Amino acid sequence: MSKILIRGAKVLGGEPQDVLIDGSVIEAVGTGISDEGAEGAEVVDAAGKVLLPGLVDLHTHLREPGREDSETVLTGTRAAASGGYTAVFAMANTFPVADTAGVVEQVYRLGQQHGYCDVQPIGAVTVGLEGRKLAELGAMHESAAGVTVFSDDGKCVDDAVIMRRALEYVKAFGGVVAQHAQEPRLTEGAQMNEGVVSAELGLGGWPSVAEESIIARDVLLAEHVGSRVHICHLSTAGSVEIVRWAKSRGIDVTAEVTPHHLLLTDELVRSYNPVYKVNPPLRTQQDVLALREALADGTIDIVATDHAPHPHEDKDCEWAAAAMGMVGLETALSVVQETMVDTGLLDWAGVAERMSFKPAEIGRAKGHGRPVSAGEPANLMLVDTEYRGSVDPAGFASRSRNTPYEGRELPGRVTHTWLRGKATLVDGKLT
Amino acid sequence: MQRHLISAADLTRDDAVLILDTAEEMARVADRPIKKLPTLRGRTIVNLFFEDSTRTRISFEAAEKRLSADVINFTAKGSSVSKGESLKDTAQTLEAMGVDAVVIRHGASGAPYRLATSGWIDAAVINAGDGTHQHPTQALLDAFTMRRRLVGRDAGIGQDLAGKRITIVGDILHSRVARSNVDLLHILGAQVTLVAPPTLVPVGIETWPCEVAYDLDSTLAKSDAVMMLRVQRERMNAAFFPTEREYSRRYGLDGDRMARMPEHAIVMHPGPMVRGMEITAEVADSDRCTVVEQVANGVSIRMAVLYLLLGGNEPAVSHTRIEEK
Repeated sequence: MSKILIRGAKVLGGEPQDVLIDGSVIEAVGTGISDEGAEGAEVVDAAGKVLLPGLVDLHTHLREPGREDSETVLTGTRAAASGGYTAVFAMANTFPVADTAGVVEQVYRLGQQHGYCDVQPIGAVTVGLEGRKLAELGAMHESAAGVTVFSDDGKCVDDAVIMRRALEYVKAFGGVVAQHAQEPRLTEGAQMNEGVVSAELGLGGWPSVAEESIIARDVLLAEHVGSRVHICHLSTAGSVEIVRWAKSRGIDVTAEVTPHHLLLTDELVRSYNPVYKVNPPLRTQQDVLALREALADGTIDIVATDHAPHPHEDKDCEWAAAAMGMVGLETALSVVQETMVDTGLLDWAGVAERMSFKPAEIGRAKGHGRPVSAGEPANLMLVDTEYRGSVDPAGFASRSRNTPYEGRELPGRVTHTWLRGKATLVDGKLT
Repeated sequence: MQRHLISAADLTRDDAVLILDTAEEMARVADRPIKKLPTLRGRTIVNLFFEDSTRTRISFEAAEKRLSADVINFTAKGSSVSKGESLKDTAQTLEAMGVDAVVIRHGASGAPYRLATSGWIDAAVINAGDGTHQHPTQALLDAFTMRRRLVGRDAGIGQDLAGKRITIVGDILHSRVARSNVDLLHILGAQVTLVAPPTLVPVGIETWPCEVAYDLDSTLAKSDAVMMLRVQRERMNAAFFPTEREYSRRYGLDGDRMARMPEHAIVMHPGPMVRGMEITAEVADSDRCTVVEQVANGVSIRMAVLYLLLGGNEPAVSHTRIEEK
């Protein structure tokens, strides 16, 4: 493979440096890498841009198998590459459910075959996501996909005994259970955050306590059995307090927040536009501010997209009939820049920590979330942080267009992504 | 006035009074031997009902026919409405047929708003009840009934309900009637108190322009009107309250309670009533109970709304004002 010399990039937002890629690994990082060492290298002018390790998304829905009309592994990984990602964890709620070694291997192999982004399948915790019987967690771990993260995402593992057993069982191979915290009885008929806006609109409320009570239970279970638990898409100020308490107590808990929960509030639901319908629902401004603060101080460990593609017809209807979810891979970094970097809450090294190093560590993604230094795999991305432009879903690589940001101005534009030294995105265009 | 009527909260005080005044004129038509005006001749109105409601549909239909509009009834219940396409598809079908107004009843909150704002259709949209959100013509007919009874049929012209104290009792959480009435009565200057067990009061109610109480007895003596809402028996199974009897004891309106209301105070109910549950037969059949009047007034109100929204062939009561807005 040929060499690539990235000139003058602000590595993790620091002073400009050159990065030389040789084949699939980083050969050197420093100032003024001599032309000799870089002879024959393709030169990428990265002046003014920020270089980060390839982003890692611990929470993506690729929809294949089963809902290829919304997304496929190919279109989803192309969207990921567009957003600066080099690895995504694909959620298990496909058709069939990813609850066997066969399904997870299929998804894993499709990712490898397409070559835009490593796809690390997440295995279901229970058979068919039904919450009754543990899926073959060990077999999925031992498969070619090497599953380490298990989740019934979309549904909560609400049975305390099943949750306890899952937490215990995955200790055998260092796995983690990622919980979609939603007490099912408290959210029957739920359409949006329960509060002032839901009262007025007459839409069924999804109370914060339905999330918080499950998180409280699960951190206590994790403590009791000495396992690690990961909280998916945490969305309320109260959840932040519980995770903060759990961490102070030494409980092995990690948590993620989605970009949309860092930016949008339930006031948007007044439009009854289902593009804002998501689970967990958009909360209040007070929650948004608490989530930003928690992400800044490390209480929330990572940003995960919960990229949830849906075809047009599932959103172009009345609110109650619409599917829940929004796409996020291609706008995640821009939203994080707007809400965390441009507000001064986080620097770019902090973004790298929360969108690459830490998610890779939680998911045990080999070769991802590594330092930008010699000898490491060349999983990298460049972002033009000065860019300002409005979001145009027509240009998305994702098969679906259900973004809440259509027409909204967001900062930052990912220009390049390299997966093990192979460019997947060049000047904003997929290869 | 706006082009659509989606929520009572969208009305200004003047809009609302104009509708009530126009309804008084429309009510006179009902007293004539031939109960028909040529106002909406040549206009096509569709009653698009995705949810059963014979009473509301018939009321709209009567209003439309008295205004000489061409009426199409479309009942979508039973068709596959599991996904939303049918609303959009139906809307576009109606649009293609050149419909001037759509009166929509839908089980999903926000469906009429979607219909009016999504570009699926150009027709005027009138919300005839959406989920647990709004039912603006119900609130208007209630306000019309209150104004007639508490201010006076002729004395009420041009007047609002300033200073009147209205108590609404029952399942506030699931009631589009309550939401619409709180909005409209506030706009008309009345003071509203909602009374319900705490389980039937929505979280987030604190921003509503009204008071909330859990005790019915303490509010009766200071009420000019008490509106009883229907309580569905299935709420009991969902643990909103322990038993039907306990609900009736605490929140039902019987003769003893009615006796504690001021002499001029009226009892209202949007119907259909569950006698013995939220209201006793004694109260329902008393001359203080306005249920039957409310039904009659509903036709006048709906005539007024259709007339004002669709701008008839003849000059409206204050047509210029509407044009200016």
